[in-house]
Amino acid sequence: MSSQSNRLTKGGHINRANPLTFSFDNKIYQGFEGDTLASALLANGVRLMGRSFKYHRARGVLTAGSEEPNALVELRQGARREPNTRATMIELFDGLAATSQNRFPSLSFDFMSVNQLFGRFLVAGFYYKTFMWPSSFWESFYEKIIRRSAGLGRAAVESDPDQYDHSHGHCDVLVVGAGPAGLAAALSAGRSGARVILVEENPWLGGALNLQNDRIDDMPATQWIEAVSKELNALENVRVMSRTVLFGYYDGNVMGALERVNDHVAPPYSDQPRQRLWTIRAKEIVIAAGAHERPIVFDNNDKPGVMLSSAVRTYVDRFGVAPGKTVAIITNNDDAYLTAFQLHAAGIEVPVIADARVNPGDLVEKARELGIRVETDCLPHEAQGYLGVTNLLLQRSDGSLIEKIACDCIAVSGGYSPNVHLVSQSGVRPVWDEKILGFIPDTPIRAERSAGACKGTYDLAGCLGEGHEAGLAAAKAAGIAVAKSAVAPQAGPQPQSSIVAVWRSPGKGKAFVDFQNDVTAADIDLAHREGMVSIEHSKRYTTLGMATDQGKTSNVNGLALLARARGEDIPTVGTTRYRPPYSPVAIGAFAGHERGVHFQPTRLTAMHRAHERLGAVFVEVGQWLRPRYYPINDKETMTQAIWREADMVRKTVGMCDVSTLGKIEVFGPDAAEFLNRLYINGFAKLPVGKARYGLMLREDGHVFDDGTTSRLAEDHYFMTTTTANAAGVLSHMDYCAQVVWPELDVAFCSATEQWCGVAVAGPRARDVLTAAFDGAIDMSNEVLAFMGVKEFTWNGATARIFRISFSGELAFEVNVPWGYGEAMWESIYAAGKDFDLIPYGTEALGVLRIEKGHVAGNELDGRTTAQDMGLGRMMSSKKPYIGLPLSQREGMADEMRPRLVGLKPVDTKNRLRGGAHLVDDKNNATHETSLGWVTSVGDSPAIGSWIGLAYLKDGPNRHGERIFAVYPLKDEVVEVEICDPVFFDAKGERLHG
Amino acid sequence: MHRIDCPWCGVRDESEFQYQGDATVSRPKFKASEEAFFRYAYVRENPRGWHTEWWHHVGGCRQWVKVVRNTLTHEIHVTGTPADKLAHPRKVKSP
Amino acid sequence: MHYSALSLLWQGLKGHKGWGRMWRDPEPKSEYDIIIIGGGGHGLATAYYLAKEHGLKNIAVVEKGYIGGGNVGRNTTIIRSNYMLSPNTHFYEKSMQLWEGLEREFNFNAMVSQRGIINLYHSDAQRDAFARRGNAMRLAGIDAELLSPEELKERVPILDFDNARFPIEGGLCQPRGGTVRHDAVPWGYARGADSRGVDIIQNCEVTNIRIEGGRAVGIDTNRGFIGARKIGMAVAGHTSHIAAMAGIELPVESHVLQAFVSEGIKPLLDTVVTFGAGHFYVSQSDKGGLVFGGDLDGYNSYAQRGNLPMMGHVMAGGMAIMPSIGRIRMLRQWGGIMDMSFDGSPFICKTGIDGLYLNGGWCYGGFKATPASGWCFAHTIARDEPHALNAGFTIDRFKQGRMIDEKGVGPNPWIQ
Repeated sequence: MSSQSNRLTKGGHINRANPLTFSFDNKIYQGFEGDTLASALLANGVRLMGRSFKYHRARGVLTAGSEEPNALVELRQGARREPNTRATMIELFDGLAATSQNRFPSLSFDFMSVNQLFGRFLVAGFYYKTFMWPSSFWESFYEKIIRRSAGLGRAAVESDPDQYDHSHGHCDVLVVGAGPAGLAAALSAGRSGARVILVEENPWLGGALNLQNDRIDDMPATQWIEAVSKELNALENVRVMSRTVLFGYYDGNVMGALERVNDHVAPPYSDQPRQRLWTIRAKEIVIAAGAHERPIVFDNNDKPGVMLSSAVRTYVDRFGVAPGKTVAIITNNDDAYLTAFQLHAAGIEVPVIADARVNPGDLVEKARELGIRVETDCLPHEAQGYLGVTNLLLQRSDGSLIEKIACDCIAVSGGYSPNVHLVSQSGVRPVWDEKILGFIPDTPIRAERSAGACKGTYDLAGCLGEGHEAGLAAAKAAGIAVAKSAVAPQAGPQPQSSIVAVWRSPGKGKAFVDFQNDVTAADIDLAHREGMVSIEHSKRYTTLGMATDQGKTSNVNGLALLARARGEDIPTVGTTRYRPPYSPVAIGAFAGHERGVHFQPTRLTAMHRAHERLGAVFVEVGQWLRPRYYPINDKETMTQAIWREADMVRKTVGMCDVSTLGKIEVFGPDAAEFLNRLYINGFAKLPVGKARYGLMLREDGHVFDDGTTSRLAEDHYFMTTTTANAAGVLSHMDYCAQVVWPELDVAFCSATEQWCGVAVAGPRARDVLTAAFDGAIDMSNEVLAFMGVKEFTWNGATARIFRISFSGELAFEVNVPWGYGEAMWESIYAAGKDFDLIPYGTEALGVLRIEKGHVAGNELDGRTTAQDMGLGRMMSSKKPYIGLPLSQREGMADEMRPRLVGLKPVDTKNRLRGGAHLVDDKNNATHETSLGWVTSVGDSPAIGSWIGLAYLKDGPNRHGERIFAVYPLKDEVVEVEICDPVFFDAKGERLHG
Repeated sequence: MHRIDCPWCGVRDESEFQYQGDATVSRPKFKASEEAFFRYAYVRENPRGWHTEWWHHVGGCRQWVKVVRNTLTHEIHVTGTPADKLAHPRKVKSP
Repeated sequence: MHYSALSLLWQGLKGHKGWGRMWRDPEPKSEYDIIIIGGGGHGLATAYYLAKEHGLKNIAVVEKGYIGGGNVGRNTTIIRSNYMLSPNTHFYEKSMQLWEGLEREFNFNAMVSQRGIINLYHSDAQRDAFARRGNAMRLAGIDAELLSPEELKERVPILDFDNARFPIEGGLCQPRGGTVRHDAVPWGYARGADSRGVDIIQNCEVTNIRIEGGRAVGIDTNRGFIGARKIGMAVAGHTSHIAAMAGIELPVESHVLQAFVSEGIKPLLDTVVTFGAGHFYVSQSDKGGLVFGGDLDGYNSYAQRGNLPMMGHVMAGGMAIMPSIGRIRMLRQWGGIMDMSFDGSPFICKTGIDGLYLNGGWCYGGFKATPASGWCFAHTIARDEPHALNAGFTIDRFKQGRMIDEKGVGPNPWIQ
């Protein structure tokens, strides 16, 4: 176990009493509770943490936050392996295991770093210009290599074992970020009584406050944060959510947030989600998202050990870690001086502050008083070292070299970029502020306001004041009465900081702008030379800002360099669009619990358990599970079962669960007229106690749906729809009744899940039902003729019996209230024992209906007309109905359209397949000679061979002819005979039995 | 994410609704010409800005709600029943 | 300048100082023979083929913003020709064939990667529907295969064959389908068109189409009037808006389609998978990101941005068939504006106005169609009559009742 060689002897907000053991690349280290993986590795003297995307350059940690581009690792193992995890955001826990990524075989020795040797060829867009010869080599050779060397970490290949939750939040004021401005805003809004949600990405509050040096309300920062935290937690109207990142600003002042519930502990965490995705709807939003420090672009500025100045300070201040033994500082503003002072106080050597400014101001004196050397008008020339910094070369702005400084860490400050990501997503365009050399938000469009560093206010007193005011204003805008006497937290004044632009420190080497994607200053110039003048082109060509860090540290430098190349100012160049998420979010969090079998609800009929007891094999029909067939033993195959079931229905009797059909009760004096307008055939004159098959069209004249609708009373109809279209038909009826014909007095509602149904079909159907219902209903031809409907009472419940038939046999459908379904099934099944009754599933149902030429889902594919289906004669000429006008268009009324026919194989041993195409000449089967296609097929016991339904051009006029069903996907050709789609009992005699 | 003020139920989340298209076209009388039905079924103004449209409250009262919504900003100006005549705001707000 | 490994090597040694602009930045002339409105993939391809195939010289492409900033720059990069209905089948196959020769054709590597596209099916009825499509493709000379669950398992091991809500029973595969580096497409066409003399004029917004005596004569722009003998519109997403300038009404609505990309990861998926039952499709880019797409947001919109609910649906669709991707992070979401026609198929046709031509209504088939769209539109403009491949893509088809509806959902663009 390595010692924590770079851990400072004191300081930091870590719990030194709780040492934690972790591993990185299988080497065991120790850190403390309160560390991040990055701080713990630095404490152990580990600088090399990753490899870059393209050149595989050695990289160390650059930042101390979520903007980290370099230190990406694979966290955890096996099914929980999580690629590209930022070491700066991983809270250390005991037993944590992380692995470096994008390297082979090891981080310190990576074969792919050979790319660096070819670096001069692998410039922006190089791949557009090569790998074109020979063309067959792209997929088989070049692309394989590119894909293997690109990508970053390895994803898990096993199913993600963790749970993800979804929650919704509602508040008056949502505060983004718990730095000084955010805390002040939450306080002022919370004290006003507004419902406040304060969201902070880190596990702690306080943001960029310096724990050791800042003072607020005459308290040290730590104490103030504690006091505020206590007060906020005590307020019932305030909710503080740490470890939560707001990742997207969406329409309606909705923000998406990700709460890392258990990422900071070792799994498993039973009964708890790993993460929770929040949808937070806020009346008003205060954005206090802070600012990101940016690097300076100079040669080899990506060496491990080169870090942002603020990050260096954070490692010392929060984690008690020395990022190096000797830390050189380069800057163009005041911020890095604070870093120098903190390093100095911690006893770390600061060999130089290299300040690009000619007249930096008062801090220079203070530094020199501490004995720190300050060089003004001084720029970095180059960082040197192999797997980490060993030297820094300094130069003047004219490019003349000064000297080489030995150091193992370089703290860089190129100024700050206000974090305008979220506010830009709200539609606000960021505007350039020359004073701070950064983009700040323009006037709000939505109900939001920015406060603090994210709008370019960097001094503590200013942040506190703005936060306070923003909190009050937001509460007020949300309709809360705000006390005028509220006072902002106070902090001492800070000197005005100046900044000088250093977009590219002179040099000829590789100077990185976007670290992760290896975009250099030269790449941006090259792209510009090639005509990539628009910032969007530059971004896409160079891939600037498109890495997992979303360009947080690179965007401003990149567009400044483009502006320089264009010879224009930065505002003219503008920014690219900021797109959610602000920081990447696990896919599992979006999916939540909707995974595996819970991806969508599973709908079961009332008789499901009865089917299970009978050993049914189920099939998905939309969201429904329906019995597909009922094998009588382990040996019976599906084919055998289907044949047996279909055969038995024709010979004796079968029963089938038909509960999934859509059912709609229609009431009212105008119900008849209403249905008359919906269906192509008449329903107004349907007698009470009778059912009729109906067909409805879409407005465009294509067939929409079909089903049997019965008249139960003068003003009461009972409609059925196909299973698939149940919801669509109801919506269509809602539209017609509410919007198109509000004058009609009609009301209706879905009864799909109120009534469940069983079809009993076969020569013995009447016998079975008479026994099952114990004579409760007379089913004789005299009382209940074909298409007759009756209500009766069964076991105290209203039951409905319909003498309708999908199978072509003597058949009845019985509906009872849903709760009675299982009992009814059992009664009929028991009664059927004496009559050789069998249950049959959807497959046999399909065979039976094909034998009768009844259309179903396969024939109703949304492109067919009533005429195509052979149902043109149903189109009433006596009344108008929906779909009639547009069904008359020439292309719809064309007689030569493919129309419904039956097919039989000429050689009865051959099988037919759905999806086969029909051609006259098997030797000339082309897209153009295809005359139609097979829609449904079945192996028919009644016919003794396979049969099929098909749409065939001019089909009805070709009965008796022989053509070919071709199925090129299986190289099959079957000669078929065209016939009437009604294969069995064409006269319909069995119906009337 | 839209929130739609259903005239019958009050303000509800968009997840309860099914969008149903342009509400400025209305179904011609049965006697109207094929051309009229063609326009009803197919021709759309498709404005960039305020749009009067149908949202069907399928997860609620099942009423068709008329909504004036901006297709650029997704802002909802006003909602009403099918019988209501809803006006667009005078000035189009910038996105 | 010719692009090759050798030129790259030479330039690398010289510090890449010699690479010139891919396209010029000319001032608009007062008049052109042909103006194409819209510097997207289709517009640039049209200009390219007008110059290359028809030998025309005096051509301009005018673009409101920067070229390739519309849907060609914001899509899921998929190419395929797995269409069932005429004329889609042959048209998209033409496009596929042009994709296959694209790199050589314009000496720009668009990274056309024919890694296959697989449509999953979950029931016999779905299989038969896909078989109808696959057989139609085979009859048209297009590659298609039905994959058994075993073949599928071998091809895409990360699919969930054990616990999926809708059991995966197989797939229809088009091996020649795949992906293309999308941004390279407008750049490649722009470079090719520019080198043949086409003026590509960016930051030039059309404010009016001038029509005199039933004939289009030019366009008013923010950079002044530009005369033209022929004008082609190729502004997918905004077709209604531009067509309205010429008084043309269309069966088109604008809808947002979102796309998503994950962080880069090492190779996990080497084909394109579509999961119709879950409204989800995915591929992995050469950079390593998983690129996802789903359904339209479902309401008329011109907002080029994503929204939250559809993102949840798409990710759930992904987890439903690939439960291992839960810990991969979603990096970026964006939205493109689709010209949704009322049957799901496009327009490449003449309009009622002489010298004015329409290209639009691409729904979400626009990217894969780019080469053939440009090729056919160029033909239609140059010859003043459609090519056989696009003869069916008229506006009139709706009046004639000859819709080309691959999905069969009728005139409801938000579910088309």
